[in-house]
Amino acid sequence: MSSPAIQAKRPALGWTVHDALIIARATIVASFRIPEALFFQLIQPVIFVLLFAYVFGGAIPIPGAEPGSAADASLYRQYLMPGIFGQTVAFAAAASTVGLAEAMQRGIIDRYRALPMSQPAVLLGNTLANALRQILVLTVLSITGFIVGWRINDGILNAIYAYLLLLLFAYTVTWVGAFVGLSVPNTETANTAGLIWIFPLTFLSNAFVPITSLPGWLQWFAAFNPISSLVQATRELFGNPTGAPTDFWTLNNAALYTVISCVVVIAIFAPLAVRKYRTAASK
Amino acid sequence: MHHSGVLSCLVTSDYAVEAHGLVKEFGDVKALNGIDLVVPRGQVVGLLGPNGSGKTTTVRILATLLKATAGSAKVAGFDVAKQADEVRRSIGLTGQYAAVDEFLTGRENLAMFGGLFHLDKNYVATRADELLEKFDLSDAANRPAKTYSGGMRRRLDLAASLIARPGILFLDEPTTGLDPRSRIGLWNVITELVAEGTTVLLTTQYLDEADQLADDIVVIDHGKVIAHGTSSELKDQIGGDRLEITLDNPDQAANAISALAPIVSGEATMDDSRYSAPVSGGSPVLIEAVRALDAQHIGVADIGLRRPTLDDVFLTLTGHGAEEDERPEPSTSKRGRRGGRR
Repeated sequence: MSSPAIQAKRPALGWTVHDALIIARATIVASFRIPEALFFQLIQPVIFVLLFAYVFGGAIPIPGAEPGSAADASLYRQYLMPGIFGQTVAFAAAASTVGLAEAMQRGIIDRYRALPMSQPAVLLGNTLANALRQILVLTVLSITGFIVGWRINDGILNAIYAYLLLLLFAYTVTWVGAFVGLSVPNTETANTAGLIWIFPLTFLSNAFVPITSLPGWLQWFAAFNPISSLVQATRELFGNPTGAPTDFWTLNNAALYTVISCVVVIAIFAPLAVRKYRTAASK
Repeated sequence: MHHSGVLSCLVTSDYAVEAHGLVKEFGDVKALNGIDLVVPRGQVVGLLGPNGSGKTTTVRILATLLKATAGSAKVAGFDVAKQADEVRRSIGLTGQYAAVDEFLTGRENLAMFGGLFHLDKNYVATRADELLEKFDLSDAANRPAKTYSGGMRRRLDLAASLIARPGILFLDEPTTGLDPRSRIGLWNVITELVAEGTTVLLTTQYLDEADQLADDIVVIDHGKVIAHGTSSELKDQIGGDRLEITLDNPDQAANAISALAPIVSGEATMDDSRYSAPVSGGSPVLIEAVRALDAQHIGVADIGLRRPTLDDVFLTLTGHGAEEDERPEPSTSKRGRRGGRR
């Protein structure tokens, strides 16, 4: 049996990027082949916008407007949208959890692991794809927000920073999601385990209510919750209302704290996920 | 059994796969308890055993997916523990599941795996067409794999393992769960690959599959090799075919035993009205038996030749049956029970 020509040697890192892009491409192509799943992935944050904007609208007072007034409701929508953005990108983690748990159950991970490819590339590609998919989600969300009265008030450059910060956060949580997906015993568990930690994390934050409305100890948790700083930073960058100022360093240096958190979380969870991947056994 | 003899005169280059004393522990559970195994180049070796006997664990160690607790193994001359990348370049692996991306088309799957093998794009495109053609998937090449039937998925899975023309192929229960027609289709494909010179290590729960495909069969149970030999060697060991007769009247049992004694090759057992005895010589024995019984006016409700099953192998070799709880009934075993013999 003659062996086929193997491509010219590349540095190991070059192959890692090459392999990760192949996996990312396949993951993205696959997600467009399931239009129903894509539709529900897009419709969910839209429903959140409508629910919060019209149900909670006037009930949550934002400093700067007469409570219950039309101005207050409009202000809340300005306040709300970065919260929804933050919550939505946090849910990017669930896609990695479910995707990898499924790949493992179907034996595809076994096949990857028996290939002479870069081993971290499967996770790099999967997390990258799930983060990139958020571009589409954020676009749909931004349009929905615009319709209900949300505006970008602080220039296009700051808005781009805000979106980039959101994507960095999405990429970060996909690593946590990847770790969870490789740790759960089956896809059924992945469906719940993938979501269960995201819900409290997004609600115990300033995403939907001002942090000052929380009881004391929860204020501390919420202040150090990177979702709060992410939402705070995007509010500032979009020029949306931020609620009453607080004494927390994390919220007064929101963008910086968010970036630091992302770096720390990736530094912890990426190696953990890669280790899990190397020893992962098919179920 | 000659496997210890084979090991003692081991010449490294003759073997595509050689494993010595493989042990694998999962916590307290000893999945492998010292497996010795060789697969000569260009041959097919069947690893036969019931669920949980250690077949898959063995293949996973040889394919670099698991690390052995003890023992060593070489695949294509490379150490599976220390030269994993070199091993991975030399093998194709088809697991128990059709491990393809079901949302990608057949062609996209092959392109993806070719890319991950770091093969040249043009080579992959040509090779993909060739494999799709060979495995009768050309018409479905541009459809997502989730629209494929079970047999088509397995063929695509096998095609994906072959994209880099590996010299050694590991097939872990390649036909489990397939309908009989797809099984035979896949057997033909495997036979062709072997004719082209591919070395194959195959795991199976089906004796007829090992019989059909393998030059050499290694029977394992509880993580240990319990027998090793060609299909006919194993069958000789477990006594070949059995003549099975159900009498109309159990009172005639003693008459039946004496009437059939000159025909059968071993001791007969009688359980109520059911007679069973080892025979050699194949189907002509059936005619002789019917004549002998007829001459004594012994009525027969059912008569047949039964080919040895995996259960017989295990009963003979280990004293317990092969726990075949998950085994779907293959049509060939029914044929085997009713006097059929290839």
